Amino acid sequence: MPEITFLVNGKSTVVEVSGDTPLLWVLRDTLNLTGTKYGCGIAQCGACTVHIDGQVQRSCVYPVSAVAGKNVTTIEGLSENRTHPLQEAWIAEQVPQCGYCQSGQIMTAAGFLKSNQHPTPDDVDKAMSNNICRCGTAQRIRAAILRAAAAMNGAPGQGQSKATGGEL
Amino acid sequence: MTTTSKPQVSRRTLLKSAVTAGAALVVGFEVPQIAKADPAKAAVNPFRAWVRIDRAGQVTLISARSEMGQGISSALPMILAEELGVDWKDVRVEQALTDPTLYGDQGTGGSGSVAGSWTPLRQAGAAARVMLIGAAAERWKVSPADCTVRNGYVHHQSDKIAYGDLVESASKRPIPDLATVPLKSPRDFQIVGKPMPRKDIPLKTDGSAQFGIDVRLPGMLYAVVERCPVFGGKVKSFDATKAKALPGVRDVFEIPAVPEGVHSWGGVAVVANTTWIAMQARKQLRIDWDYGPHATESSESLRRQFRRIVDSPCKVVFNTGDADAAISGSPAEKKVEADYELPFQAHATMEPMNCTVHVKPDGAEVWAPAQGPDWVNGVVAQATGLTPDKVKVHTTYMGGGFGRRYQADFAVEAAQIGKKMTGTPVQLVWSREDDMTHDFYRPASYHRVSGAIDSQGNILAWKHRSTSTSIADWWDRKSPPESSELGCTLQMPYIAKNYKLEYLPAQSGVPRAWWRSVEASSIGFVMESYMDELAHAAGADPYEFRIAKLGDGRKIGNPLNPKDTALEADRMKGVLKLAASKAGWGSPLAAGQGRGIACHFSFNSYAANVAEVTVSQGAVKVNRIVSAVDIGIAVNPEGVRAQVESAIVYGLTAALKSQITIQDGRAVESNFNKFPTLAMNETPRLEVYIVPSEVAPTGIGEPGLPPVAPAVMNAIFAATGKRIRRLPVIPSDLV
Repeated sequence: MPEITFLVNGKSTVVEVSGDTPLLWVLRDTLNLTGTKYGCGIAQCGACTVHIDGQVQRSCVYPVSAVAGKNVTTIEGLSENRTHPLQEAWIAEQVPQCGYCQSGQIMTAAGFLKSNQHPTPDDVDKAMSNNICRCGTAQRIRAAILRAAAAMNGAPGQGQSKATGGEL
Repeated sequence: MTTTSKPQVSRRTLLKSAVTAGAALVVGFEVPQIAKADPAKAAVNPFRAWVRIDRAGQVTLISARSEMGQGISSALPMILAEELGVDWKDVRVEQALTDPTLYGDQGTGGSGSVAGSWTPLRQAGAAARVMLIGAAAERWKVSPADCTVRNGYVHHQSDKIAYGDLVESASKRPIPDLATVPLKSPRDFQIVGKPMPRKDIPLKTDGSAQFGIDVRLPGMLYAVVERCPVFGGKVKSFDATKAKALPGVRDVFEIPAVPEGVHSWGGVAVVANTTWIAMQARKQLRIDWDYGPHATESSESLRRQFRRIVDSPCKVVFNTGDADAAISGSPAEKKVEADYELPFQAHATMEPMNCTVHVKPDGAEVWAPAQGPDWVNGVVAQATGLTPDKVKVHTTYMGGGFGRRYQADFAVEAAQIGKKMTGTPVQLVWSREDDMTHDFYRPASYHRVSGAIDSQGNILAWKHRSTSTSIADWWDRKSPPESSELGCTLQMPYIAKNYKLEYLPAQSGVPRAWWRSVEASSIGFVMESYMDELAHAAGADPYEFRIAKLGDGRKIGNPLNPKDTALEADRMKGVLKLAASKAGWGSPLAAGQGRGIACHFSFNSYAANVAEVTVSQGAVKVNRIVSAVDIGIAVNPEGVRAQVESAIVYGLTAALKSQITIQDGRAVESNFNKFPTLAMNETPRLEVYIVPSEVAPTGIGEPGLPPVAPAVMNAIFAATGKRIRRLPVIPSDLV
């Protein structure tokens, strides 16, 4: 087995696995980074989305040999203590239900907001329509991305959180 | 935060005083089902869940229910905190381990978590409050009636004592009779009814929520199973030479089917160092299958069978008046006959089935994303030859349930593999293809509805003859096949002078079971589409027609199951009126657009939807859905809205996009490329309104779904004059 070296969430990582192993399974089974999810295995659902050198990628079809020397960011490395504006917006909009697809949704959205700082709702729809959520949270995801974009642009007043009855 | 533990109290002590555990005040809830079924057993098993208050004042709710995104990790603490007089967010929820003797049925489903916990949780909270007040009043030598509670303290004038300081003396006081303990009036609620954040949400934004498939144990191996692609087939022989030669493969062996009660298919298991290696090795297996008796079944053959069945009279399940005579005596222009068809549907939870098992010679530990962890306990015990008390089941977060995770087939397979690998923990993972082609599908069904209206626009006759791949027929041949299939047709909400129900099951080898809202997902479509057809035949507005036919003050029981909760027609009118008014029913729409309405009663809840659609060039776009629900008291309105949004989108996928077709005895669609789901750019604007209420809560995980498909199809009719009677909609139906 070859040794493959790459960065995961800023940390240098060496794995010894067959080079055709999809990055997804190296993250989950070899490195125990289980925040990245298996949903379909054929790049159809987006649950496995990560960033490779800043680009949004489906890790279930991305052979680990191709990440040698590259920088992989997973949901675990998106921020310290859930402080990414998207994570804060996800909580304010009370987005997740079962939550299983949400790592991939957030990573897809994070990549999208890097390329489009002033998205319209239609832009968001276009960027997110290849991620599947069976709990039907799309409307809330859209609202959360627009909320996060506004926050990243320093817009004052993000509107009320969905849960106005109290804080956690 | 959900953790797992067992209350530190021995059952013997508990039975003596019902309040004990030394440093903690412990209050349990009754299990009414067990009490009813077997009073003797009830005395042995008095409690289903627990509230524990320790000396530090920490309140813990040990819940036997599972969190699958429906929000009970907030809703249940809210109910308890309301009566107990503490801040709801200070209530910790611990996921109970399975123990049927302590908790009774631990199933999470049937939209029943909040509805079933409402009264016991309030009683438990109130009982603890009475005991804490009693202890404080005794210390102060004042009347309990002069004491109040707030945020974890008992107050009397300017004095206050923290609950933690009262626990020891309170725990020695007699537990009040739960049936008569004073409960707060809904008008005094401070917590219940306010939109509260869900406790599990932060963990679901950073990858830290642990789902079943995320369980990682030292030395754990991964397994996949190759099952016969044809339903009911089995392994004749297999050659694992090539599979075993792959580096990282640890073992390959056959596991038997468990048909009785579980319906696991058996197959060839591959155990390896990683999921990926196991999946790759599986492709190298050479298996000779016995395809069994269903290898020629197809959706088309089933459809032919369905039509043959409904072409002749079926078993009369319910009959009032003489619908046949009324129809045959009506003029042709007053008669309406329509056939409706619904396909099999997969649950397609985002997290495929999986289960982790660690079998040791003297016991087993199981990590299961399961709606029925007590069932998992039983089947794992059986498969491993252990007694149930030696099997410890941890319920993990679930990546979607929708009824699929009520099954235990994945757990029994994991146990079979775990037993062979005794000493080593093993995680069984189903691929997406495994999950979609070996589901227990929503039944396929076919409905012929005929009827007539009289000259005043009254419903003179309504006759519903149907057939389906019955769930009861598949699971439990002790119940009649129609018992799982008829839903609200047995509680006909509309005034129809002559009403007749007929049913016969179809024969099929396709496994089927409970899919979100179960039979209501089909029955709602049929009844509400037909109601729309009648309204148009009568020249009436579909909304006004429904309101008129619901009458005034009517209560409709279930003639076959008199114990079922009666449908209150006025509450149905309430949701119709709210949805219609919020949607602007009757206001003009642009050309090519249409508006449709539908309502349904399921899980003792009422839901109505108004859909607005645009149809152009063979494509339908749903622009907006306005939903109104009456579920009694909405404990966490924000959670209720989320559940209704979810049910709508799930229902839209089934109405517009997805289906499972059968060919050569197997499921054709095996992944999301063939089983499309509603994407964000197809998701309509969703608005959910809740009818204010002071009656006890009913379910909301499912009731939002049944009125979705008919509202959309009725809107398509309004836009185009085309009546869609077969789901999902296909483009050729629209041009």
